[in-house]
Amino acid sequence: MTIVVGYVPTPEGEAALAQAIAEARKSNSRLLVINSSKGDALVDNRYAQEPEIQSIEDRLATQGIDHVIKQPVRGHDAAAEVLDAAEEHNAELIVIGLRRRTPVGKLILGSTSQRILLEADCPVLAVKAG
Amino acid sequence: MDVFSSLMDGFATALTPMNFLYAVIGVVLGTAVGVLPGLGPAMTVALLLPVTYALEPTSAFIMFAGIYYGGMYGGSTTSILLNTPGESSSVVTAIEGNKMAKAGRAAQALATAAIGSFVAGTIGTTLLAVCAPIVVQFAVSLGSPSYFAIMVLALLAVTAVLGSSRLRGFAALGLGLAIGLVGMDSVTGQQRLTFGMPLLADGLDIVVVAVAIFAVGEALWVAAHLRRTPLHVIPVGRPWMGKQDWKRSWKPWLRGTAFGFPFGALPAGGAEIPTFLSYVTEKRLSKHPEEFGHGAIEGVAGPEAANNAAAAGTLTPMLALGLPTNATAAVMLAAFTSYGIQPGPQLFASQGPLVWALIASLFIGNLLLLIINLPLAPLWAKLLQLPRPYLYAGILFFATLGAYSVNLQAFDLVILLVLGALGFMMRRFGLPVLPLILGVILGPRLEGQLRKTLQLSAGNPAGLWSEPIAVGIYVIVAVILLWPLLMRLWRKARPGRSSLLPANSGAADYSD
Repeated sequence: MTIVVGYVPTPEGEAALAQAIAEARKSNSRLLVINSSKGDALVDNRYAQEPEIQSIEDRLATQGIDHVIKQPVRGHDAAAEVLDAAEEHNAELIVIGLRRRTPVGKLILGSTSQRILLEADCPVLAVKAG
Repeated sequence: MDVFSSLMDGFATALTPMNFLYAVIGVVLGTAVGVLPGLGPAMTVALLLPVTYALEPTSAFIMFAGIYYGGMYGGSTTSILLNTPGESSSVVTAIEGNKMAKAGRAAQALATAAIGSFVAGTIGTTLLAVCAPIVVQFAVSLGSPSYFAIMVLALLAVTAVLGSSRLRGFAALGLGLAIGLVGMDSVTGQQRLTFGMPLLADGLDIVVVAVAIFAVGEALWVAAHLRRTPLHVIPVGRPWMGKQDWKRSWKPWLRGTAFGFPFGALPAGGAEIPTFLSYVTEKRLSKHPEEFGHGAIEGVAGPEAANNAAAAGTLTPMLALGLPTNATAAVMLAAFTSYGIQPGPQLFASQGPLVWALIASLFIGNLLLLIINLPLAPLWAKLLQLPRPYLYAGILFFATLGAYSVNLQAFDLVILLVLGALGFMMRRFGLPVLPLILGVILGPRLEGQLRKTLQLSAGNPAGLWSEPIAVGIYVIVAVILLWPLLMRLWRKARPGRSSLLPANSGAADYSD
């Protein structure tokens, strides 16, 4: 079985990753780390660069977790990428990080986590930073 | 004609609150388009042309000049922090600048680029103020044959020297000249390339052509290559330099200026070749040659000074002769025409206050640019997080609005789309845009001088080389055209020696 975690290089993303690692060890599942970007801006701070990915890779390897790290850049938003991956790998669980959003901010920008929570076919575990 | 008092009058005009405001708008816009790769000052000026019809010409040109200088400053920020040149003239800056940033010296790289640009821009503008009137005095003595020869030289030099392929360059030039021919012949009233369409009889509006080629073509091109792996901007502290950095920077600044100004003023000089030459020179003269390739400050200071000095140099033939040598100058020249101002040597006499206000505004713009770039470079880099679909949607909107507002004719939108598609195809097949736009702008004037020459000589083609200057220029033209052949013979005679000429460095491919 597979656990999908939506990762971004922020405190929320780190919290989600830590939680996902704990879940994966508990149930001895494969961990699928998704870090995506739409790729339409030249600079995207939510898209992890080589050193960050390498350190996650090392961390997962030393903990002995069967894992795959994917960084799709296909023009889809992060929610779509996580949901796609969950469906494709028949995930048992999706782990995401939540951040504080005002109602107005949510109205304007939408909410990735809300979309995942509503549209996922499997249980979703949402964690907060710190 | 006293240069100093004219310049002071220029300052008085440029420092009126309204004009100062336009200078500020210009430098801010210029820096923004400089930071964003793919957007250049030429495209911005073209987009703003229709918008500025309502303005005083002086205010509009002060804004355009700010955009032009601003683009040179902004380009270095992207080069250094992202390793993607924001402008073609900043390609060389990325080599050492990005290495410095990766080594944690981004602040110093940005500082030497900004201060170097300021020093070079100020010296370059001073040279412009001194040289331009001298060039004018020389130019008023020239007759039509010499003018014709100079324009031929400018067109051929841009086509043959810049860019990777001569064939593509000439193809683009031919397209441009053909577009310039469309409409009614002013002497005989004959319809040329109008295909029986009365709407084409007035010719294609240069604003529509420029907006189509620069804005629509580029937007379509970016839309076709939208997705790419995003990067992170390297974090910077406050840009400042230590004593050592100053010591290692000031000579490259001055040498870069010395390379930049004359090359900018030459036809086909542009800003790419002097930045490359400056880099090579600094590498050779440096006391720390081992640092080159790992972030040597000289490799940022020299080229950045060179590209700003080249910007000032470019304005010299533009203002003194009406001869543009790069895309931005070409579009500015089109702006003169659309304000009903005749560019050429008579410009200083007929539009003296405007020209001197423009030159004064360059000094002011330079200072403003130093102030907004030195402490704020990291903020400017935030612009790179803008999703490009929004950006280009906005550009297409303004392009359409602008093209329509020129003549309030729906037919212009058809022309915009057709030429926009042409601009896209040119990018697709690697045709440089600059020869095309110069062909469109200089073509009709070239024809005018040719006709005048032939009328004076009663149709005898010998009239074309009736002036000694014209003959000299044709010799240069011949050398440029035969250069590849000469090089081949030279190499055959002395095998094993390779040329240092950067003419075919990929840098020139951006052409804007």
